[in-house]
Amino acid sequence: MLLIECPWCGGRDETEFGYGGQAHVPYPEDPHALTDAQWAEYVFIRDNPRGPYAERWVHSAGCRRWFNAVRDTGTNDVKATYPIGARKPVTS
Amino acid sequence: MINTNRLSGASGDRIDRTRILRFTFDGTEYTGHPGDTLASALLANGVLGYGPSIYADRPRGVVSAGTEEPNALVRLRAPQQATMLPATTVELVDGLVADSLSGIGRLDASERVPGADTLCDKKYVHADVVVIGAGPAGLAAAAVAARSGARVLVAEERRELGGALLDARAEQIDGAAAADWIKQQGRQLLEAPETRVLTSSTVVGYYDHNYLLIAQRNPDASGIAQRLWHVRAKQVIIATGAHERPIVFADNDRPGIMLAGAVRRYLNRFAVLPGRRAVVFTSSDSAYDTALDLLAAGGEVSALVDARPEPPQVLVDSVRDAGAEVITGSAVVGTHGAQRITGVRVAPIDADGAITGAVRELDCDLLAVGGGWSPVVHLYGQAGGQLRWDDCAAAFVPAEPVTASRQVIGAARGTFDLAGCVAQGQCAGAKAATEAGYRVAAPAAPEVRGAPRPSRPRQLWLVPGETADPADWTTHFVDLQRDATVRDVWRAVGTGMVSVEHVKRYTTISTGADQGKTSGVNAIGVLAEALGQASIGDVGTTTFRPPYTPVTFSLLAGRDRAELSDPVRTTPIHSWHVEHGALFENVGQWKRPWYYPLHGEDMEQAVLRECRAARTGVAMQDASTLGKIEIVGPDAPEFLNRIYTNGFAKLAVGSARYGLQCKADGMVFDDGVSLRLAEDRYLMTTTTGNAAAVLDWLEEWLQTEWPDLAVHCTSVTEQWSTVAVVGPDSRDVIARLAPDLDVSAAAFPFMAHRETTLASGIPARICRISFSGELAFEVNVASWFGLALWEQVYAAGADYGITPYGTETMHVLRAEKGFPIVGQDTDGTVTPDDLGMGWAIAKHKDFIGKRSFARPDTARTNRKQLVGLLPLDPDEVLPEGAALVEPPVQLNPPVPMLGHVTSSYRSAVLDRGFALALIESGRARIGEVVHAPLGERTVPARVTKPVFYDEEGNRRDGR
Amino acid sequence: MSHDPRALPEHPEWLWRTPEPKSSYDIVIVGAGGHGLATAFYLARQHGITNVAVLERGWLAGGNMARNTTIIRSNYLLEESAALYEHALRLWETWPDDLDYDFLFSQRGVLNLAHTLQDVRDSRRRVFSNQLGGVDAEWLTPDEVAKICPIINTSSDTRYPVLGATFQPRAGIAKHDHVAWALARQCDAMGIDLIQGCEVTGFVTSPDGDRVTGVHTSKGTINAGRIGLAAAGRTSVLTEQLGLRLPIQSHPLQALVSELLEPIHPTVVMSNHVHVYVSQAHKGELVLGAGVDAYNSYTQRGSIPVIEHQMAAAIELFPMFARAQVLRTWAGIVDVTPDASPVISPTPIENLFVNCGWGTGGFKATPAAGWTFAHTLATGAAHSLNAPYALDRFVTGALIDEHGAAAVAH
Repeated sequence: MLLIECPWCGGRDETEFGYGGQAHVPYPEDPHALTDAQWAEYVFIRDNPRGPYAERWVHSAGCRRWFNAVRDTGTNDVKATYPIGARKPVTS
Repeated sequence: MINTNRLSGASGDRIDRTRILRFTFDGTEYTGHPGDTLASALLANGVLGYGPSIYADRPRGVVSAGTEEPNALVRLRAPQQATMLPATTVELVDGLVADSLSGIGRLDASERVPGADTLCDKKYVHADVVVIGAGPAGLAAAAVAARSGARVLVAEERRELGGALLDARAEQIDGAAAADWIKQQGRQLLEAPETRVLTSSTVVGYYDHNYLLIAQRNPDASGIAQRLWHVRAKQVIIATGAHERPIVFADNDRPGIMLAGAVRRYLNRFAVLPGRRAVVFTSSDSAYDTALDLLAAGGEVSALVDARPEPPQVLVDSVRDAGAEVITGSAVVGTHGAQRITGVRVAPIDADGAITGAVRELDCDLLAVGGGWSPVVHLYGQAGGQLRWDDCAAAFVPAEPVTASRQVIGAARGTFDLAGCVAQGQCAGAKAATEAGYRVAAPAAPEVRGAPRPSRPRQLWLVPGETADPADWTTHFVDLQRDATVRDVWRAVGTGMVSVEHVKRYTTISTGADQGKTSGVNAIGVLAEALGQASIGDVGTTTFRPPYTPVTFSLLAGRDRAELSDPVRTTPIHSWHVEHGALFENVGQWKRPWYYPLHGEDMEQAVLRECRAARTGVAMQDASTLGKIEIVGPDAPEFLNRIYTNGFAKLAVGSARYGLQCKADGMVFDDGVSLRLAEDRYLMTTTTGNAAAVLDWLEEWLQTEWPDLAVHCTSVTEQWSTVAVVGPDSRDVIARLAPDLDVSAAAFPFMAHRETTLASGIPARICRISFSGELAFEVNVASWFGLALWEQVYAAGADYGITPYGTETMHVLRAEKGFPIVGQDTDGTVTPDDLGMGWAIAKHKDFIGKRSFARPDTARTNRKQLVGLLPLDPDEVLPEGAALVEPPVQLNPPVPMLGHVTSSYRSAVLDRGFALALIESGRARIGEVVHAPLGERTVPARVTKPVFYDEEGNRRDGR
Repeated sequence: MSHDPRALPEHPEWLWRTPEPKSSYDIVIVGAGGHGLATAFYLARQHGITNVAVLERGWLAGGNMARNTTIIRSNYLLEESAALYEHALRLWETWPDDLDYDFLFSQRGVLNLAHTLQDVRDSRRRVFSNQLGGVDAEWLTPDEVAKICPIINTSSDTRYPVLGATFQPRAGIAKHDHVAWALARQCDAMGIDLIQGCEVTGFVTSPDGDRVTGVHTSKGTINAGRIGLAAAGRTSVLTEQLGLRLPIQSHPLQALVSELLEPIHPTVVMSNHVHVYVSQAHKGELVLGAGVDAYNSYTQRGSIPVIEHQMAAAIELFPMFARAQVLRTWAGIVDVTPDASPVISPTPIENLFVNCGWGTGGFKATPAAGWTFAHTLATGAAHSLNAPYALDRFVTGALIDEHGAAAVAH
């Protein structure tokens, strides 16, 4: 049971949150300027590292705000959480 | 029945002789006392045999006095039932009835509802410091931490605090007898206001970020069998002690062969003498205490056999002085007996464990075996902790016993001397409390007497058989519960296996209900020998997984049973539907009226009647479950333009529009009508089951991609009740209901909405929306007026014969018009164009998913498209889901399929069966006949446009 | 079902060698799980290629092969899926003889329960489609469900009553470990090197990086004509080094067993709606699985609420299970694709092939995964069965969307 630090509400159990996959994957500026392969990359492909991973969470059963986290997928350690739009913090 | 083996009045024992408990085991009645376990009470009655072993059918007896028990498994029948438990963990109560088992439990297939005695509940708490295990180390830690004012939670598996100290006789801490010291510590815990002590409570799981699961067997709440505690801890102290290991030798499974520490526990805690004449066989120091305690209790000790050639002289002298022989450098190489051990064979062994001399026979009815101690590192392992082999302690110990938020102390860490355990506990308690924000110092190290630091044990896993070939050692049991032997391990290695994980699976060692608590390390030791490895540390352990001890399904389920298994959502009008005989359909968590049968109607009759009313008179439906989201802000028009495939920015205030939403892959995700309430305010409706997902979707885009848009979304599904009033007479009914409203087609056109106050004074928003093609209105009121509104509509329509209808009729009516239902006529692989809704795809704006339409597969013209189907036989109603093929097709699998029937009904107004279907190149096939093979027969049907009734739309404005 | 849970099969005396790797092989397979072993088996058996090494980071078949719930069925909805899984099932039916190993393959049937009207539509659609696709399938009423599995609570007053079920009689279970050992024994006997404790740490590539020619491992560099990845739960980590991004996300998938129980459950029961599937293994333990945990993780441990929910569902369906006990829980790492269908495909990198993204379907597909991946590795091109499972489907949009087709709200 992960303990996730919502930037607005503080630490809460994972059951209060929804998962949103990789963070910092912006919607393409102009989707119609992309090739099919580039569009497929946006729609279907996300990083899948073992190790620190910048990912999106939403505090569904709390403030309902989206935020980003850096979590180590090899250990589940949450290294940092930060608001959408903030730069990914440097974590060890 | 007399407790023949009960010691009289021994001091320090933990049973209450003043009360007698009656119980039944395998059909025979016995007595015991409060404080007994089932196993101790049986042992007091001279019963040590349980069910024979699972595969070899050999007699087996109780081995241990705790959760690690491999043999003494019972099924409880009263007062509570349990499938399979070790008798060593069953606290004796009056009227207990139990039967022995042979390693396999039994469920009662006739239990058609979960037994009332299985109901459990849960509690969720936070703690600053959780101490797992209240032995000497854990108690010392808890007492120091509690003193700090931190919220401390202590979980102790047994019914009393004290752990292994309760098994002791001579030990003293700071001048107090062990029992008194335990009392002192316990009192400190009781007096600390923020400290909670749970006994008969086992920490079964240790999950990410210090999340613990505790199974409490004495929840002290009426009607509750057990309670599951969910605990989030800032600091965790693992003080779970150690399990004693047996030693593997020939015929090491006879009843009467017990762990030495367990014998001591039965003697001192339960006042039971497990045998009259004992042999003690050990490879370490602790069993000397067993020998001394047996003698002190009046038992006879034929000999203490120590595998070590030169055990500590002080220990040897103490046993000799007490009157028993000590045989060093030797081992038990075999046993005699049938239902109970009658004697052992003892022989000298050399440094490699080989038998080097003549065998001596010794009579006994009890063999107490001490093969060293294995730290209980299960929880540490569950949390991801790694182990290392400690050659001095002869044990796998935590490689990282102290981290920022977790400490392992005492025997669980491989600290086997009492003074060390208490001192470690005190330091750990102080550290944990301080780290949690409650500064406290550790007291001075205690003075401990009567418990010298143990000397080095001998690493003896396996005493060879008297025949040379391990392949013949078929009664050297490694895992008693699984009946797995040294032969099995050798055989596994002989196949080429080198991994302990393979050998475990091949032999099934450690897979029993005890999960190898006593057998695991011996198995690794035997395997190391079989592989010729120098150290058992090179072999490594298998993985520890939750739960530490078995927990019932019902404990994990808690109260999520029957109607609480998933929340039931009902509308404010629900009671009316129930009173009027509606049958219900589960849609998501909602209960929706499905149809309202009258006078013994079946479903088809009821639905035909309801449909007829809607097409020819007036009918009403509770549409309150539709998802409703208010979308507010200056950028709301732009936002909806990006979300919907069609345009919403130019929608006039007071108007409504149907819209489609796609995911980025271009597939239809949801649909519904949105109302423009004001320049900066829309009310979006969604499908019933998708409401939460749509809100999530909108918020995700707003917050993560378009934070620059000034828009916010609020779910108002439960704030509004909605009644759909449908049919050519609906205008008259609405006119009566809302006399202030001009309901003429000119003043109140299709896809408009109006605010008004009903005749009853209820404020309402009325929309002209139709999901049936008929003239129709949807009346929305604040949900606390929902039932009143429904009754008012029903009354206003009474003389028109207004007919309540359910979801089935709604489905038929919309299908007659070819309106798809997302999730029924679509399945996540359907685009708007596939639905024939190319008109809803805006050309001059981008929206989510638009780019995907240009992909080769999505742009294909031969995709599956939504069309209508009319069976050539009008009486035929195709089954929904039926596959469609192109005639003439040979029905030899695999048969190429064109598509499938998504919706199919009998139509009252068409007086025939009809269907919607997704068919490859469907629109190009209109007019063609396709076949639906239904097993025995094949039904031909003609492909049509997906609209069967009033294609011109003449009926939507009514008469 | 009337087998004796106390009668266990004897294993063979000899299984496999523990060889050191050679410097070069025609084909190197990364991952000695069920799929890697089955691929090697069919490379030798169908294509005569035996100069093959199967490299395993840990112990043979210690990944998802050791962690799954052993259900075998082929009653998938979409034609491409049914064809692949039915091919697997037909091979399963030949394997006890073919592999000469009693791996407790038990065709006891699988019930997929329907709890809502939309479940019923989707289920019947699947049955009709299966029947035309050559997959044995029936639609059963609640009464018929009760005849096949009398312990299911089919009464109408439960929270989500059983409205019916699909039944595939030829479906069943097998003992996963024994399947792997059976394959390993055959591979070994045909001269294939199974190399355990050999972690692939990188790839040897051509200077332009367009081609792989070998792997760096913890046991040294091994050259290879072709390389096949069959390393569920590690594929992304491996291909990352080549700059190849795959459409997979790795999630924990949990399962659990009860203590041993006398035979009580005669078939396999699955319920998507209440999220539980359960069978009773030969030895007597109930084996249960649930849904995939929500977030990416390689930790091989899951979250307890998933298990609690699963237990509640189990008791709803099987009231007598309230007294059963959970003995052991665990998690595997499943690689999930956007359309919940696997990738068995060449890659943009020459000589590199992937078999990945099996999600929860891997065990049951083992023979077909091996069959098609062996064909792909041997010939350099897909077999007709795995042609639809190419990487480029995500570009063209031609997904095989079992997921979308099965689970949409209404």
